[in-house]
Amino acid sequence: MEHPLLVSSSPHLHCGMSTRHIMRDVIIALVPALIASVWLFGPRALAVELVCVAAAMAAEYLSRIVMKRPHTVGDLSCIVTGLLLAFNLPSTIPLWQAAFGAVVAIVVAKQMFGGLGQNFVNPALVGRIVLIGSFPAEMGNWETPLAWLGGVDATTTATPLAQLKENGDALFDPLEMLLGIRGGCLGETCIIALVIGGIYLMARHIIRPLIPITYIATVFVLTWILGENPVAHVLSGGLMIGAIFMATDYATCPINRGGKFVYAIGCGLLTVLIRVYGSLPEGVSFAIVIMNILTPLIEKVVRPRVFGSGKAVAK
Amino acid sequence: MANKYWESFSKGIIKENPVLRLVLGTCPTLAVTTAAFNGLGMGVAATFVLVCSNIVISLLRKCIPDKVRLPAYIVVIAGFTTIVQMLVKAFLPAIDSALGIYLPLIVVNCIILGRAEALAGKNTVGLSALDGLGMGVGFTAALIVMGSIREFLGNGTVFGWPEGGLIPPIAIFVLPAGGFFVFGMLIWIANRLSTKLEQNSARKELSSEVCAACPMAGSCHGEVTDHD
Repeated sequence: MEHPLLVSSSPHLHCGMSTRHIMRDVIIALVPALIASVWLFGPRALAVELVCVAAAMAAEYLSRIVMKRPHTVGDLSCIVTGLLLAFNLPSTIPLWQAAFGAVVAIVVAKQMFGGLGQNFVNPALVGRIVLIGSFPAEMGNWETPLAWLGGVDATTTATPLAQLKENGDALFDPLEMLLGIRGGCLGETCIIALVIGGIYLMARHIIRPLIPITYIATVFVLTWILGENPVAHVLSGGLMIGAIFMATDYATCPINRGGKFVYAIGCGLLTVLIRVYGSLPEGVSFAIVIMNILTPLIEKVVRPRVFGSGKAVAK
Repeated sequence: MANKYWESFSKGIIKENPVLRLVLGTCPTLAVTTAAFNGLGMGVAATFVLVCSNIVISLLRKCIPDKVRLPAYIVVIAGFTTIVQMLVKAFLPAIDSALGIYLPLIVVNCIILGRAEALAGKNTVGLSALDGLGMGVGFTAALIVMGSIREFLGNGTVFGWPEGGLIPPIAIFVLPAGGFFVFGMLIWIANRLSTKLEQNSARKELSSEVCAACPMAGSCHGEVTDHD
């Protein structure tokens, strides 16, 4: 041994898990949805995804140089952000707008607050919300899925949620909804691909099932109580991708189980309120961002009692 | 002596810029700067009220009893605001409709009451007038810069030029969220500028006093490190 008496600070044992490993697993979990998006919306989908990832990486690299901080492109988190943002955009969006959204997500929502782990809201969702505010027309232009195979030039369609809002019910076929053959954002439509990714993440212990299941169950129960079609609500919009990939972001959701439970119920409640009573057809991104902002308050309420302090719980 | 007057005028522009450094009057700042021209109109109107009310309050500073000074200041400010409002309504109806409620709200603008309370109530007429003018110029400059940025990014134009817009508009910059974002960025830039200015002047003072006696003067090139 070269250093028989090596003195170092804790931790002395390391499980080998790093940010890079976690982000790599998230990217692997997103691959099924990526394939599905290219199958549904054609090469244009791939172009939007590449532009978002490239812009996110460039923004991360440059902002670290400007801030004179060590580089963090290597932890792959900017790729996850870029990919998630692309999954939340329609396939017809002009590429420069997609890049603008990615830059806003990385620079404004993440690096200005100190980088990964310091962001108080999900960067990809901030990018999406800024794009909705900036380019409402382009962000609501849905291409008919599989139209690129039929040689038809991008025909547009309404999303199931917009139909739900207008007619009170959507003309939908559960199998098509599961496969993702419906109007919507790139990565949100194919439920099967998203669920496969989610199961992979849970099997790898990257995320716990508590938040996704509570979130989706809350939406199901609430829409059922309100007399809407609960199956249509759960399968449509960005609920699946939001519940599995966005609401579970480590930096912006509560740490312990009680907090996660409250947080997920809040997400579900806000989603249903916006979908049913709001003026927008979809509310997943706003619901998650609002609950992200409330997370520090939730943490305050559910903070565990330090052993030996305060009032003892009678047993 | 002249230095004192210059100082009281110039401090409002960067060092104590009412919007960007003192963070006063943020309500009109965020609300009316969706276009550069609105910022200019608001800035000029507020500057007029600021200078006039500073002069009158400074003239009356020995007559106004201390206990009722705030109501007395408000009466003076409200008088001038009414004059401005009537003038704008009569001669510039476009600006009047663009500024809307924020024009009469100059009455309760924190900058004006703040300067009356902090300076005009205690100082001579000349100083108060110059202070009001400096603060007004700083306020107007901040509003024009912010209005230009938001109008350019959110509408593609600056002062309504060119007709079609130079860049495709990014609507969020004329929405409140974009206003807060641009406001934050400008505060950051103003903070950087003003700390730079202070450091420079501190460095000059230091080098003239200290470096003469320092044996290392030749090797450090007058650079002052942070821990000094």
